[in-house]
Amino acid sequence: METLALGVVLGPLAGAVIAGLFGRQIGRAGAHWVAIIGVAASFVLSLLVFKQIVLDGAPVHNASVYTWLVSGGIRFEIGFLIDKLTALMMVVVTFVSLMVHVYTIGYMRDDPGYQRFFSYIALFTFSMLMLVMANNFLQLFFGWEAVGLVSYLLIGFWYRRESAIYANLKAFLVNRVGDMGFLLGIAAVLLYFNTLDYAEVFKAAPDFARHTIEIIPGYAWSLMTVVCLLLFIGAMGKSAQVPLHVWLPDSMEGPTPISALIHAATMVTAGIFMVARMSPLFELSETVLSVVMVIGAVTALFMGLLGVVQNDIKRVVAYSTLSQLGYMTAALGASAYAAGIFHLMTHAFFKALLFLAAGSVIIALHHEQDIRKMGGLYKYLPWTYGTFLIGTLALIGFPGFSGFFSKDAIIEAVHASQLDGSGLAYAAVLSGVFVTALYSFRLLFLVFHTQERMDARAREHLHESPLVVIGPLVLLAIPSVIAGFLYIGPLLFNGFFGEAIFVLPQHDVLKQIGEEFHGAWWFLVHGLTAWPCLLAIAGIVTAWLCYQKYPQIPDKVKNVLAPLYRLLERKYYFDDFNDAVLAAGSRALGRGLWRGGDEKVIDGVMVNGTANGVGWISTVVRHIQSGYLYHYAFAVIIGLLLLLGWPLWALFGRAA
Amino acid sequence: MTPADFPLLSLVIWLPITGGLLVLALSDKYAQALRVLSLIFALLTFALTLPLYTRFDTVGAEMQFVELVPWITTFNIHYHLGVDGISMPLILLTSFSTVLVVLAGWRVIEYKLAQYMAAFLIMEGLMIGVFAALDAVLFYVFWEAMLIPMFLIIGIWGGQRRVYASIKFFLYTFLGSVLMLIAFLYLYYRTDSFAILDFHRIQPFDLNAQILVFLAFLAAFAVKVPMWPVHTWLPDAHVEAPTGGSVILAAIMLKMGAYGFLRFSLPITPDASAALDWLMITLSLIAVVYIGLVALVQEDMKKLIAYSSISHMGFVTLGFFIVFDIFENGGGLQGAALGVEGGLIQMLSHGFVSGALFLCVGVMYDRVHSRNISDYGGVVNTMPVFASFMVLFALANTGLPGTSGFVGEFMVILSAIKANFWYAALAATTLVLGAAYTLWLVKRVIFGAVANQNVAALQDINARECMILALLATAVLGLGLWPKPVADVMHPTVQHLLEHISQSKL
Repeated sequence: METLALGVVLGPLAGAVIAGLFGRQIGRAGAHWVAIIGVAASFVLSLLVFKQIVLDGAPVHNASVYTWLVSGGIRFEIGFLIDKLTALMMVVVTFVSLMVHVYTIGYMRDDPGYQRFFSYIALFTFSMLMLVMANNFLQLFFGWEAVGLVSYLLIGFWYRRESAIYANLKAFLVNRVGDMGFLLGIAAVLLYFNTLDYAEVFKAAPDFARHTIEIIPGYAWSLMTVVCLLLFIGAMGKSAQVPLHVWLPDSMEGPTPISALIHAATMVTAGIFMVARMSPLFELSETVLSVVMVIGAVTALFMGLLGVVQNDIKRVVAYSTLSQLGYMTAALGASAYAAGIFHLMTHAFFKALLFLAAGSVIIALHHEQDIRKMGGLYKYLPWTYGTFLIGTLALIGFPGFSGFFSKDAIIEAVHASQLDGSGLAYAAVLSGVFVTALYSFRLLFLVFHTQERMDARAREHLHESPLVVIGPLVLLAIPSVIAGFLYIGPLLFNGFFGEAIFVLPQHDVLKQIGEEFHGAWWFLVHGLTAWPCLLAIAGIVTAWLCYQKYPQIPDKVKNVLAPLYRLLERKYYFDDFNDAVLAAGSRALGRGLWRGGDEKVIDGVMVNGTANGVGWISTVVRHIQSGYLYHYAFAVIIGLLLLLGWPLWALFGRAA
Repeated sequence: MTPADFPLLSLVIWLPITGGLLVLALSDKYAQALRVLSLIFALLTFALTLPLYTRFDTVGAEMQFVELVPWITTFNIHYHLGVDGISMPLILLTSFSTVLVVLAGWRVIEYKLAQYMAAFLIMEGLMIGVFAALDAVLFYVFWEAMLIPMFLIIGIWGGQRRVYASIKFFLYTFLGSVLMLIAFLYLYYRTDSFAILDFHRIQPFDLNAQILVFLAFLAAFAVKVPMWPVHTWLPDAHVEAPTGGSVILAAIMLKMGAYGFLRFSLPITPDASAALDWLMITLSLIAVVYIGLVALVQEDMKKLIAYSSISHMGFVTLGFFIVFDIFENGGGLQGAALGVEGGLIQMLSHGFVSGALFLCVGVMYDRVHSRNISDYGGVVNTMPVFASFMVLFALANTGLPGTSGFVGEFMVILSAIKANFWYAALAATTLVLGAAYTLWLVKRVIFGAVANQNVAALQDINARECMILALLATAVLGLGLWPKPVADVMHPTVQHLLEHISQSKL
């Protein structure tokens, strides 16, 4: 198992290093071959691991590879923990990554940075695998930051574009805000548990359930609440939960393959994975679970709403990603970790599919992303259209498609949750279904139906994408349809994850739902008449009315609800606030400290003041050197008197 | 002579000094011979410092490679050298950096080349002397002598305002040193010895006297680190210094202040350190946050990196002075060791990373003759190889895991939370601030479209520059991916130091 695990991570690493350092020597084809072979090997080995751990029931693998550092009596290790959760993540990550690698051959065909791109995405795959396979917090943080790094490099891949290098800096900084919380969370774990090893921490966690900590003297807070809240701040950054979501839409400046791989299918779900992995800790704080659920639900609904007013094809899909991440987070808050991971998996398939299909549209239109300049494309891009439609149906949770099963499970779980805020969360995730269907079908209609709005030149050059692009679309479309139906039973209701996920009996909503669960068919039929399905259909109908049948409606609505529209258009003013208050504020503060503190006070008053003071004293003292002998003689006498007087005073003055 | 008696430390102190004098004797006419000779001496010295690591005994905490010869017997002054787990890595850092500096000045320096190379070689010997000296007078001699070459380097090969900068540098550091000398004289009066290890053993030592000695040391060391508010000489010195000067200043000289805290302040005056730790922690956190904000708005690349240096050195002093709070909170010697070792590793990492960043700025300055951020933009288009290195070092500066920049900060933050949650929280703001000023710099200088004619005409780095940066990149990644071998040599010394300072001398 150790060898297998090493093979899984080293394959992509080797690909990254070779393509990165020797890109010029091995050429374009060489670069894509080494990267693809590395990742393909990793995928095959992950399948083997999955087979051993899940199907053959091999024991959980938990071992260190090397000791990174020993200090303060603590061993910091690099090592792997491979249980069913890890095995599932490994397969999902390497599969989507492999599809994206193949797709990239077509998408980046004419790009001068071809080798560099392959090096980066292979490096990303390595980092993501290190993250999910970690057996301790240190390595988790390693992988966490490393995927952030690659995301930074890839968002800014087209470094000549001002918008791209603005977006990547923003992404890095917003993530760092989250990481600050995350790192403090890790530090707090070390402080109390004196180890960073998952197994040891989780084993000791129940003993600390009633522990309190006084961060502000006089206020005793539950230790687990503080720790989990800090860790969750990290998850909010990486998985783009309100208010740390602002970087994700801008990350669409990167090439489309990485939007699919990093900013939809894998990296952004790291926060979800992390919370699920930490379930033995999160279960111990109902406060944090409530916070998680509410933040997730808020993100799910309000980010979805923003998708309705976007005109950039990738940004619509990006807001949809935000919204879906909100669903996963809400599931975590409801203690339905398995449902969160289940949605993570189905979402990885259909969202990667949607992005790659959107990318196929974008190449067909020569890098046009504005949906106002599309329309009627189904005739020209039949394969892209078909797969995009499948992705959309999966996304909105159309009965039978994968998203239907995973999203319904989440909604049911939030409904069943007894925690504070679950009522609010339920309302949000439920109305989110309508919004999802609305923006998804708005996109579908405006891109593939309605009248053709591109210019004549663009229309002439329209053609379906090559096989390296269509192939991955089809391969992703298959699980987007069937993964939900096949895996809902085994993943959610059969204790699939076993020891990997820990749920307290009083929180176990999936168990409750499971008691009424009679197979996927039953779930499907049962779902047909439930609220989510009706709302989804209502969303489709609304989209059809507004964008296909009566295209004048949206403008009228826009006029009637102008303030609301403006609010959505300005994205609830989050960006404006961050730019005007946080970014400009720190710069103003920095300038004030520099010009005022360093230059005026320290250099001006203290340093140069001392110099001036010395100068002034010497000017005064200079006058004593008058050159007159009697002045000097007088001074000598005074000095002598003082010198003699001092011991005399010491002898007699004190006695007196 | 057995290997154990071999005067290795003397050799690595006097070899580069001899080399420097030899080089000085050569005329500038033989420029190439002069460069090669300097490089040979630098490489030889580096090679000779390696056994200090490989033959280092990681079991005991005693001084190793000790040399003890009477020097001025009237005052009980000795030529006394030795290293422990704190000073040994710093000596290696010194000899490594000098090799880079000699290489970096290879083609760039044309004016008074012999003097330039000689200054760095002589300074190398003196700096190693500072780290190896176990006699206070010897230490003081090296400490002061070291200022002279640096003063000349800034004053002769510096920029426009070099005279202002070099005088400011000299006065600041000299003023502090004078107070340190007074402290030494007092300690001699107490012990009848100038042996630093004898100073450690003064007992009883009443609190008021300890505080005075502590403050005298503080004046010397805080200026060197530098700590807020005596830091303003550093940006000026860096801006005016030639690239090599900046590298040595950042990589080695700043470390001397921090080294002084460990060698003198903490072990000699532990009670005063404990009584004033709040002050040191406050100043350290001000360095991290205040200076981080100031770095954000710099328009000159060197100034930005100089401020970033101050901010990063804040972690070092934080790691050292949280130990008393950790003792008090029951964190024990082990808990405190994490912070001290974190500070030490941060010192090494900062040597690599800030040295590398100054070299990167130097590479651009040599071509464009400007340090202003606004004169650049889109350098990656014309210098892709250089840009890869610069981005790597910038990321190391933001403390990215896998690079050396992460290790020390991580350890100090993990340790600081044992002292107080808010120390850790304030220190952790560097994750955001450090990333903001460093990557914003990268955005404006490296990325973007080609900004102007100068950038369009840039030539990518040559083999020599590539080699220098590759050496540093190896060090940065090596220490980041596997810090254990470096930390392991520190354990016994740090353990011993902490045991010592946890005992009151009152």
